[in-house]
Amino acid sequence: MAVETTWVFVEEQDGKPAAISLELLTKARTFGGDLAAVLLGAGNEDLLAQLGRYGAKKVFHLVTDDRLPAAAATAAIADLVGTHQPDLLLFGLTSTDRDVAGRLSARLGKPVISNAVDVTVEGDDIVVTNEIFGGTRLVDTVFRAGAPHLVIARPKSFAAEPDEGVAPELVTVALPDVGQAGSAVVTGRHVEQREGPQLEDAAIVVSAGRGLGSAEKLTILDELAGLLGAAVGATRAVVDADWLPYSRQVGQTGKTVKPDVYIACGLSGAMQHLVGMKDSKVIIAINKDEEAPIFGVSDLGVVGDVHQVLPKLVEALRSR
Amino acid sequence: MRVVVCVKQIPDPASPFELDPDTHFLQRPEDQVLDDTDRYGVEMGLTIAEQTEGSVALVSMGPAGSLQGIRQALAMGADRAVVIDDPNLRGADSLATARVLTAAISREGFDVVIAGTESTDGYSGVVPQQIAELLNVPLLSFAKKVDLEGDRIRIERQTDYGFDLVEAAPPAVITVTSGVVEPRYPTFKGIMAAKSKPIDQVSAGELGVTTAAGQEIVAVRAAPERAAGEVIEDEGDAHLRIVQLLEQAKVI
Ligand SMILES: Cc1cc2nc3c(=O)[nH]c(=O)nc-3n(C[C@H](O)[C@H](O)[C@H](O)COP(=O)(O)OP(=O)(O)OC[C@H]3O[C@@H](n4cnc5c(N)ncnc54)[C@H](O)[C@@H]3O)c2cc1C
Ligand SMILES: Nc1ncnc2c1ncn2[C@@H]1O[C@H](COP(=O)(O)O)[C@@H](O)[C@H]1O
Repeated sequence: MAVETTWVFVEEQDGKPAAISLELLTKARTFGGDLAAVLLGAGNEDLLAQLGRYGAKKVFHLVTDDRLPAAAATAAIADLVGTHQPDLLLFGLTSTDRDVAGRLSARLGKPVISNAVDVTVEGDDIVVTNEIFGGTRLVDTVFRAGAPHLVIARPKSFAAEPDEGVAPELVTVALPDVGQAGSAVVTGRHVEQREGPQLEDAAIVVSAGRGLGSAEKLTILDELAGLLGAAVGATRAVVDADWLPYSRQVGQTGKTVKPDVYIACGLSGAMQHLVGMKDSKVIIAINKDEEAPIFGVSDLGVVGDVHQVLPKLVEALRSR
Repeated sequence: MRVVVCVKQIPDPASPFELDPDTHFLQRPEDQVLDDTDRYGVEMGLTIAEQTEGSVALVSMGPAGSLQGIRQALAMGADRAVVIDDPNLRGADSLATARVLTAAISREGFDVVIAGTESTDGYSGVVPQQIAELLNVPLLSFAKKVDLEGDRIRIERQTDYGFDLVEAAPPAVITVTSGVVEPRYPTFKGIMAAKSKPIDQVSAGELGVTTAAGQEIVAVRAAPERAAGEVIEDEGDAHLRIVQLLEQAKVI
């Protein structure tokens, strides 16, 4: 069995497909065979056309309402899986994708492999590759439970590239009533102001760690970012301390970034942080501890105090 | 409310994790610690129990060892624990884990189940979702704030763009992020009390769960390494070297 039918789960965010879904559609095209998208959201024409350009021949559109959708979406997808028998379902490592993939795994009685950085077809096997220990080792896992196989992939594992594509066939599916399991409702939405370059796309990222000392001290990083046209990232320690919002978090449970230059300021370089940034082209780190693991992946490591180095760096850039 | 918190014992992250060369499973010493991620779940569980005159039971699957990690959670204030240690479960995938935990949770009885968003050693980040589906209840996931209001549970659900307000009535599963509450430190009294709290050790069979591995690790390889570059000591002019490198990288 090769992969005859692949489905890619697509969460609509802000009227657009989540970036990871386009990466997964691009990857799924390489398997050959049928490719469909399972769209969760309000849907719109541009979005559907875009899914077509990225290779979806068919779109199952699950129309959302004010419920938190995972439970109902799971029931709907399980029905569709029963009817159409796809071999492989790909999800991204985002909150909603994880909620749906996890529930679906339990509902179908099939395992789900999470944190994938690659998916390859080798003979009859689908091989899922994971990075462990901060990306120093790769683990290959195969499924032993029969199709459909469920995979949750890390963002930026595959490049997103459109194809010729055609307008996909549209199948609209109403989210079913699943009783108490589906009774969580979304009563409000808090959207942060987003300004400047976005973390995921920025050519330069400057990231703050706990070593910055306090939320107030982050202004120097904002200045640096402003001068460089960079986005500001952070470690989880910084986010947990509420110095910056979660949308800034880089790492295993935050964003994956691959900028031209990553400047790590006062962060240790924990495994869970490294997996989110180690594929940056050039890494510069400033840390006062010469033993800090971040130096192990840095092109330039400065053993020094961020409160000394950063103001001077800002000054030097400003006077250019 | 009857609160059940899912907690995991893991090898102390202070020393590097090692895989067993034959089975590729994580090596687990006798003395494991409570996963730091789960201290938030325990604290949240205790808070809810205190507000509702309820109770907190812990469920945990994995090699019991010295039960040090479980006692840490009991010392924080949880009432009792169920530990499922079964040689047949070594290397269990997330779904097998969820099935076992679900059986233990159902046997305990619950209004609320609390779990972390992802464990430190496995970080599949789907076990709570699977448990919610198996229990057929709503999942209030990625909570960075949890409030009880009458018979409703309201959370702030962390999202990429901020947060959503989400609510449901129990029974429900909640996953909490590590910013949600400040976990308490066990007191001396708590540590002493933990020694005599009930820890029920059961096998998967006793819970009526049979499992077969749905996946198999076929290879573990070294990843291509990124060579470390130059490291310089700042003597007041390191910023100039940074500027130089930014110029070389053609970003300024
Ligand atoms: C399941 C799980 C998922 C996780 N996911 C993520 C994730 O997605 N992203 C993430 O970042 N983390 C994640 N973590 C947390 C991670 O393990 C680390 O705890 C975290 O990255 C540490 O952040 P930090 O480097 O800012 O703090 P620390 O590790 O405390 O490092 C601070 C550093 O600052 C240096 N320093 C202090 N003062 C100065 C100064 N004046 N000048 C220069 N240097 C100074 C210190 O030498 C130290 O190296 C996760 C953990 C778990 C268990
Ligand atoms: N073996 C286990 N025993 C108890 N709880 C677990 C176990 N595995 C996972 N969990 C719970 O599920 C959460 C997410 O874990 P994971 O899906 O492994 O990333 C953890 O924070 C725990 O609360």
